[in-house]
Formats: sequence, C-alpha cells, structure tokens
Amino acid sequence: MYDPTVARLTYRALLGRRRALILGALPMLLIVIAVAVRALAGADDQTASDLLGGLALATMVPIIGVIAGTGAIGPEIDDGSVVYLLSKPIKRPTIIFTKLIVAIAVTMVFSAVPTLIAGFILNGNGQQVAVAYTVAALVASIAYAALFLLLGTVSRHAVVFGLVYALVWEALFGSLVPGARTLSVQQWSLAVAQKVSGGDLVSSDVGLTTATVLLVAVTVLATWFAGQKLRSLTLAGEE
Amino acid sequence: MTTLSIDHVSRWFGNVVAVNDITMTIGPGVTGLLGPNGAGKSTLINMMGGFLAPSTGTVTLDGQAVWRNEQIYKHIGVVPEREAMYDFLTGKEFVLANAELHGLGAKAAQKALATVEMEYAQDRKIQTYSKGMRQRVKMASALVHDPSLLLLDEPFNGMDPRQRMQLMDLLRRMGDEGRTVLFSSHILEEVEQLAWHIEVVVAGRHAASGDFRKIRRLMTDRPHRYLVRSNDDRALAAALIADPSTAGIEVDLAEGALRIQAVDFGRFTALLPRVARDHGIRLLTVSPSDESLESVFSYLVAA
Repeated sequence: MYDPTVARLTYRALLGRRRALILGALPMLLIVIAVAVRALAGADDQTASDLLGGLALATMVPIIGVIAGTGAIGPEIDDGSVVYLLSKPIKRPTIIFTKLIVAIAVTMVFSAVPTLIAGFILNGNGQQVAVAYTVAALVASIAYAALFLLLGTVSRHAVVFGLVYALVWEALFGSLVPGARTLSVQQWSLAVAQKVSGGDLVSSDVGLTTATVLLVAVTVLATWFAGQKLRSLTLAGEE
Repeated sequence: MTTLSIDHVSRWFGNVVAVNDITMTIGPGVTGLLGPNGAGKSTLINMMGGFLAPSTGTVTLDGQAVWRNEQIYKHIGVVPEREAMYDFLTGKEFVLANAELHGLGAKAAQKALATVEMEYAQDRKIQTYSKGMRQRVKMASALVHDPSLLLLDEPFNGMDPRQRMQLMDLLRRMGDEGRTVLFSSHILEEVEQLAWHIEVVVAGRHAASGDFRKIRRLMTDRPHRYLVRSNDDRALAAALIADPSTAGIEVDLAEGALRIQAVDFGRFTALLPRVARDHGIRLLTVSPSDESLESVFSYLVAA
C-alpha cells in the first residue's frame, strides 16, 4: 500500500524551495504573533485559546492542508509528469495512499508542531490548551490532507477550491450558519480537542462520536475516491 | 513477439471525434505513426499506452487489455511528448526512481543511462538539461525495465540534427533487437529515415498502412512524377503521350529533361523502357521526382 519511491518523489516535490517557503511562512507568523502577544499581554488562557483556535486551527491548519494536500499530486497531474508514476506496474490506490501519508506528515509538521510551540509560548500549556489544540491540528491534518488530495486529483483549480473551502466555508459560513458548522473539519477536530482539554476553553458544536465518525468517513471516502479517479485519469494530448 | 492490436478504436471528446474507427496491428520493428498536427496521433498513442480509454473498440497487447491494467507496464515503455519531468531531480535520481517503481535497482538505472549515453550528465539536475538531453533521459526511464514495446510521442521534436541522429540510431537498434517500437511524427523525413513500416493517420482516420513505397504504389489514381533524360527527349515524349498511362509531359529546357506525370504506375514503369527500346532512344536518367513521404502525405491529406 505504501511505496517509498513515490513517497520520496512527493516529499521532494512538496518541500522544494518555493513551496517550503510558503509552508514555513504561516507557522513562523503564528510563532511571532504568539511571542508578541505573550510579551505584550502576558500569559492568559483565554487569549491563548482564542489565538490557537482562531488563527492556528481555523486558518493555518486548513491552508497548510491545502498546500500539502493539493501539492502532493496536483502539479504532477497539471504538468503531465504523473505519467511517470502511471506508466508503472503500481496500483493506483497505492500511489494515492502513499501521497496521502506524505501530505498528512507534511501538514502535521507544518501545522501541529508550530501550534504546540505557540501554545507553550502563549500560556505554557495552561489548562492543557496547547496540547488540546495540537491534538486538534493533528486530527484535522489527516482529514484536510485526504480532502485536498482528492481535490488535487479531480480539479485543476484545486488550490482555489481548497482555499475557498478553508476560508469561506470553515471560517465564514461556519460562523454565520449554525448548520454549516456540523460539516466542518475544524469543528470535528475541536470535538476531539475538547475531550483532551477537559475544560471549557475548548469547545465544539459537534459531539465527539459524530465528529469521530465524520472524520473517519471523510478521510476514508476521499482517499478511496481519489484512488478511483486516478485509475481512470486520462492524459489528454497536447493537440 | 509483441503485438499491439488496435481494434475498431474511436475516441471522441464531446462532439469532436479525435480518432475515428481505427484498426491496426503494430508488430516488432520500428513503426512510424505519421500524420499532421491535430490528426489524432497523440490521442491514439495515449490509448495505446493505457492513459486514455477508447470511446469504443479495444487496445490489447498480446491479447491483454491495456486500459486500466497497470501490470501491462511491465512490458511497455513510454516516452511522453510533454516536457515535464521531475526537474528537481538529477538525471540519475530520475532514472533510478523509474527503476525502483518497476521493482528494479541502481544497476538497471545505470544500464539505461549508458544506453542513451547520458552518464556524463547524470549528476546534473534535469532543469539544466537541453531538450535533447531531456529526451534521452526520458528514453532511459522508458528503457529501464527492458520493455518489449516502446511508445514514443513526437520524440524528435525540438532536437538538433545530431541529437536526432543519435536517437534514430538508438531506435533502429531497438527495432533490430526485435522490440516493437512505435513513434509518432508529423515530419516526413523522420519517418522515412527510420520506420520500416508506417501507419498514416489523417483527421482521426487511418489513411494508410504499410511500407511507404508500397502505399505510394497503391495509389494508382494519383499522378506519379518522373524526371527523365534521354538522347531524344521530344521523340520519347511523343511516344509516351500516346499511351493512357501518361497524363502529361513537360519539356524542361533548363534541366534538359522531361517531367512526366504518370497516372498508372505499374503500366508506366513497364511502358517506358519498352517505348525507348522500340524507338531506339537511350534513357540517361529515370528518377521518381516525388517518391518521398512528403508527396505521399500531401496526397493523403488532400484526399
């Protein structure tokens, strides 16, 4: 199911110089803001929770997820170099699964790790806020990577759609339309975080059971569907 | 023996028919797939390579379906037309990755790099390569598992004459070794120089198949042009024009020769020496002036 060569190629494509800069910029920004807030306002659990929830989990994690998830396959399909993977006796789902693992790992490293660091800077993990949001970021990384990998497989405009989903749906609709929050990776991961923190600082609109079922379902379905799409991916000629 | 069979294959995109009911069999040796740009060559090659499903019909390699059968790639090597590769890798890393994806190792990769004579630049990043070098590394990636069928889409595009010659030698060698090699081209001289056999596709249709000289002869309704010099051009012209196999004769004073249009190839080639002998005329030059693919092709395109 996992092919080390496909993984190596994907890592190198994802962590190429320009993309690595973009991937690194947001986490750096989060940490800089955390340092500034801590220096100006001191340690405060509510502030820490607001910042990690509003900036890290609601904005940074999905954007990193978009870059890593779509970037793991989209550019290869766009420029046609995916033909070097497709013209090999390797099962298509293996290619997708391997790329998913890489996308998850990259999303986790560039989103969950800085979330943890920022959390410790903000309030030294008071009330388990840092750990709770880190767990949320880890969980969300899996679902986002799967979702955006699928998007990268089916659409040439995956990054745009991904950002629209991440910013408009998760952030805007989520705050305006209560129902939309049920269908939000962010809320599902918050449900897991709520369980971890045990306090009232971290809360979700979705129950833990529902959240877990939806997280697993979205990840599995998106991965399966991406594998199917890749099986019948057609490379149009340049004519 | 590897035989690629295309059986009543059509492919349309929306309302546009790109490939229209094509049936052909590609056997060992070098086959040229010839046609103008937009004729459907790439669509056809993509279907042969399993990257595109035929709308109708089947593509099989020794009886096995090509579409949705990734195990078939144990036998197929593909050199795509598109430039994009993993440019951030070195040539060696790229070919090695291709070898690994076939379950092979560094030895196979090195052998393939040696075959295309790219060892000297193998440690440079692909993004620094010239077009010809890229093409050769693509070749190496396609050859790494020693495939019996090699598909190349416009392999000579953008190559300089020296690179072109090298690649032609390589493909000729592959054909001599008994592999089935199919390459597409819209450049007639490439096909003429390299292919043992041609398949002509025009506007999505299979226009002709076979040895190009034979194809040429099959088209008896098309005027064949000859340049003829003799010791008495006008007497020869007068004798030839009387026969229905000749459609027109021009006395080219500047060249000191006759330009003859023959409508019946077989009959004319038998007629010319007989007429010359009967009239005591000595033939000095008889050369087909358009026995090139260019003329075959423009005829097929116009038809």
